[in-house]
Amino acid sequence: MSQSHRTSGGQIDRSKTLRFTFDGLPYQGHPGDTLASALLANGVRLMGRSFKYHRPRGPLSAGSEEPNALVELRSGGRQEPNTRATVAELFEGLEANSQNRWPSLRFDALAINDRLNTFFAAGFYYKTFMWPKSFWEKVYEPIIRRAAGLGSVSREEDPDTYDKGFLHCELLVIGAGPAGLMAALTAGRAGKSVILADEDFCLGGRLNAETYAVGQAAGAAWAAATVAELSAMPNVRLMARTTVLAAFDHGIYSAVERVSDHLPVPQPGKPRQVLWRIYSGRAILCGGATERPIAFENNDRPGIMLAGALRAYANRWGVKAGERVAIFTNNDDGLRTAGDLKSKGVEVVAVIDARLGDEVINTSGRLGLTAVTVRDSAGRTREIAVDALGVSGGWNPNVNIHSHHRSRPVWDASIAAFVPGVDGPSGLAVAGAALGAFTTHAALRTGRDAAISALGLTGAAELPEAEDAPVRITPLWHVNHGKGRAWIDQQNDVTVKDIKLAQQENFTSVEHMKRYTTLGMATDQGKTGNVIGLAIMAELTGRSIPQTGTTIYRPPYTPVALGALAGRSRGREFKPFRLTPSHHWAAEQGATFVEVGNWLRTQWVPMAGETEWRQSVDREVLATRRSVGICDVTTLGKIDIQGTDAGAFLDKVYANTFSTLAVGKCRYGLMLREDGIVFDDGTTARMAEHEYVMTTTTANAVTVFRHLEFCRQCLWPDMDVQLISTTEAWAQFSVAGPNARKLLQMVVDQDISDAAFPYMGAGNITVGGLRSRLFRISFSGELAYEIAVPTRYGDALLREMLARGAEFDPIVYGTEALGVMRIEKGHVAGGELNGQSTALNMGLGKMVSKKKDFIGMMLSQREGLTNPNGYRLVGVKPVDPAGKLTAGSHFLEIDAAAVAANDGGWLSSKVYSPHVGSDIALGYLKGGDGKIGTRMRAVNLVGGTETLVEIVSPHFVDPEGERLRG
Amino acid sequence: MADLQAMTALGAHDPRTVMVGPLTVTERFDLAVASLAQRRGQDLTAAATGAGVPLPGPGRYQAGVPYSAFWVTPDMWFVEAPFATHEGIAALLKSAFTDAASVTEQTDAWVILDLAAPNLAPLLERLCNVDFRVVPDGHATRTVVDHLGCYLVKHNLGAARLYGPRSSAQSLLHAVEVAAAAAF
Repeated sequence: MSQSHRTSGGQIDRSKTLRFTFDGLPYQGHPGDTLASALLANGVRLMGRSFKYHRPRGPLSAGSEEPNALVELRSGGRQEPNTRATVAELFEGLEANSQNRWPSLRFDALAINDRLNTFFAAGFYYKTFMWPKSFWEKVYEPIIRRAAGLGSVSREEDPDTYDKGFLHCELLVIGAGPAGLMAALTAGRAGKSVILADEDFCLGGRLNAETYAVGQAAGAAWAAATVAELSAMPNVRLMARTTVLAAFDHGIYSAVERVSDHLPVPQPGKPRQVLWRIYSGRAILCGGATERPIAFENNDRPGIMLAGALRAYANRWGVKAGERVAIFTNNDDGLRTAGDLKSKGVEVVAVIDARLGDEVINTSGRLGLTAVTVRDSAGRTREIAVDALGVSGGWNPNVNIHSHHRSRPVWDASIAAFVPGVDGPSGLAVAGAALGAFTTHAALRTGRDAAISALGLTGAAELPEAEDAPVRITPLWHVNHGKGRAWIDQQNDVTVKDIKLAQQENFTSVEHMKRYTTLGMATDQGKTGNVIGLAIMAELTGRSIPQTGTTIYRPPYTPVALGALAGRSRGREFKPFRLTPSHHWAAEQGATFVEVGNWLRTQWVPMAGETEWRQSVDREVLATRRSVGICDVTTLGKIDIQGTDAGAFLDKVYANTFSTLAVGKCRYGLMLREDGIVFDDGTTARMAEHEYVMTTTTANAVTVFRHLEFCRQCLWPDMDVQLISTTEAWAQFSVAGPNARKLLQMVVDQDISDAAFPYMGAGNITVGGLRSRLFRISFSGELAYEIAVPTRYGDALLREMLARGAEFDPIVYGTEALGVMRIEKGHVAGGELNGQSTALNMGLGKMVSKKKDFIGMMLSQREGLTNPNGYRLVGVKPVDPAGKLTAGSHFLEIDAAAVAANDGGWLSSKVYSPHVGSDIALGYLKGGDGKIGTRMRAVNLVGGTETLVEIVSPHFVDPEGERLRG
Repeated sequence: MADLQAMTALGAHDPRTVMVGPLTVTERFDLAVASLAQRRGQDLTAAATGAGVPLPGPGRYQAGVPYSAFWVTPDMWFVEAPFATHEGIAALLKSAFTDAASVTEQTDAWVILDLAAPNLAPLLERLCNVDFRVVPDGHATRTVVDHLGCYLVKHNLGAARLYGPRSSAQSLLHAVEVAAAAAF
């Protein structure tokens, strides 16, 4: 078949031929075609099956409002379902397939649904699949989903990239029809920075689809000349193939630019689509209008289209949708289609003007229109053989974006349509057909005036002459005839009957009607059907159309690919990652890494022969406790706190006191939230009179810094305090174990004997002359230090320590061994700092000062938080050393039933301790400090485990703290 | 005595230079950086003049020799100087400003990428919410690039400096490379 329906003219490049396939059959088209125009040119009008009844469908429209012609484009990773053929730009080799049919588009087994339509009326699912309740999730829903569904995905990874970005302009013009072009031209000539975005690949809007003259030129030629002038302006950015999706606050709009959708494969490095966030000083919505059909029996057959679409296919694409065409209209615009088609040599066999009392009452044709049945004003009916019917029920201004902030559109009876209300997004004006100004002259004028008004320009440019015919329309929503189905929303198979049923069952609110019937849902969001539906509901209820009102318009204006929303954030780059200073060394050793926030921390470092993670972790723990181990602790937050009020500031943010800390010493600090719950903990050192270095947990590094900034700027702005994060500036290593001092002494330049650098000492030192910091603190319970050098030297320092201290067989341990050793020592961490626990719960109640005011002080005294029988941190061991513990298990008395009323608390952290030789755990136990030495059951109902345990001190290692002071 | 070998933020001995189309990305490993914050009630003008440290106004970068600086927040600046001669920049500034200012070393807290192309706007509009075409030369601002808090300094339309968190240097460079391939 070779473009049997191609006529003369149109904005296609006939010098080039593009080959494409539809359902496996080869066709030809030209650059400038959409998939729909090319298929129609080839005489193909059956393009899909409807959602519910699997009715044969062809395109209704020629634009993004299309409800019917949804296809799957491409294959493999690029397969894209639910694409509107009416906006899919044709390219060489395009592979398109129909969807929602089996086994083929012409014979679809599920078309049986159409015969069973009486069962599938609105509310069918709600009423039918109620019982038994348990069947819904496992039985009913999967069956319904399989039968419904629009299109399929290949489940292969999308090979293309997507991008995001930010644009700024003084004026954003949404839509490049006559109003948008005139607005952009006015602003552009005034030197303003302008973005003109349009969803189409060819700017000009309806000018490309009409035969009107603008000035001395054809409308399309004027549009092309205007686009050329605008593109020469450095202050104007033209964005074709760009749909403005939504209006947000403060003049911000989102838009998706389809950079490569019209290409078989994106250019190297280029994204498929870009999601833009546009910051505009002012914006003008020039989104045009969408024609609406008239509902009559069997009005959904392929070949029945909107009259404006028939005209667009003829004028813009040189395509006749049929050989014998009829027009059914209630307004003058429909008559234009007849004129334009005639001038293209198409036989127009009938014009049925509802204003004269003539109506189309039915149609026939199984896979496409073959005839219409017409009833004239005298009541006589006759059948007319046609293969295309253009229907015009009037035009609806595209108010969508103007209503994204819940502005209600206003009914304008003169055009029988809703127009934008008065309370749209701040800074957004409306012009052209979107405003209800339907003539070309009005579009040009309102576009120009909106730009002048928005930007405060002076002087109005001359407007080119253009048609200014008045709108003459007599509303007709549906034809009252027969008992058959008349479609309103073709995408969701919603008919006039469904609206009537909704009314009968009292779903008369427009929002209820939408949910009950599904009118206006899915990919087209009811762009062609909504107003008809609510108008019919108005008739049925005796209310006016404005009283009935519209549903809420929500973003996005047209569907957006999830890839565009993700942008560059996918796969390994889903979020940025952070590497520690020792990462390269650890990677060389084949270390396993674990994500901690964005950090990749070393989890353990396997040695030759170790086949299972516990072997590595046990070895790291034992080697550290036996000699010396090194751990990269750079990830802990570090905050530099300076100023003459630094000490007083810390007294306010910590539960314990820091202003009395001596220079050169550090102290463990506990930070509470305002509600008295523990927020974070860490060690803070006083490096000079007015200089402290705070450490935070890795997880809370940012939140603590943010909290301190809030305190500094908002709570106590008069304090002399300066804050800055230094987390990344210093590479910091914990060096722990009996030989820690001996090893470090080989590296640092100063004497670090116990006398010279006692427990909890802190200070500036040097490593080979390099400025460094040393803190004598311990998380493992061993003699331990943390040494810090500027980050660039971190990798070298680690290698230096391992090399110089080789005689001590130092090992590097990861977060698993770190966790084992901190639990052995009874230090709280993530499992205990759970956002629900107090210092008292953690056994740190004595740290909470009674002598000063600080954040959380007052509410930490609440009765509920000071219960003497409340949760207390305890250690847990299985009575049988081979017994297994499970974190999350709950404590029960020996004889107590496993019910919530008997719950005594829970195991918060659990490890295998090579030091103890069994599983050990920390937990919160009610009255736990009085239960040391008793036995309980640790019950995990989820996992089905139960272990007899002994409650012990949380300090499994060196409870007196002799090692770390050694 | 230890003699430690430095490693760049991108994990090599030498700083990297990456070309993507017309864009050149140069990792700057030769800059020492410190934050300088005025303490309450103090006036830094005299000390700054004496030490040759510029203290530009909000949103501004000011170049100088040896010190350049940009404003980061009220009464706070980032001061840059050549690393070779000013590795101890924090100590140098502290001695110049004494107790009038709080000084914190920031040299290794950041990866510094110098971006150069005939026009950087098409790249930067994909990376951050800065109207790079419109902001004046010498504009300095905090911004976010691919979830990372960064500082951006515009030298001119074809030259900019990007400060990003050092530990995420690879992620930041990746974002720049991908955006550049798309932009140019």
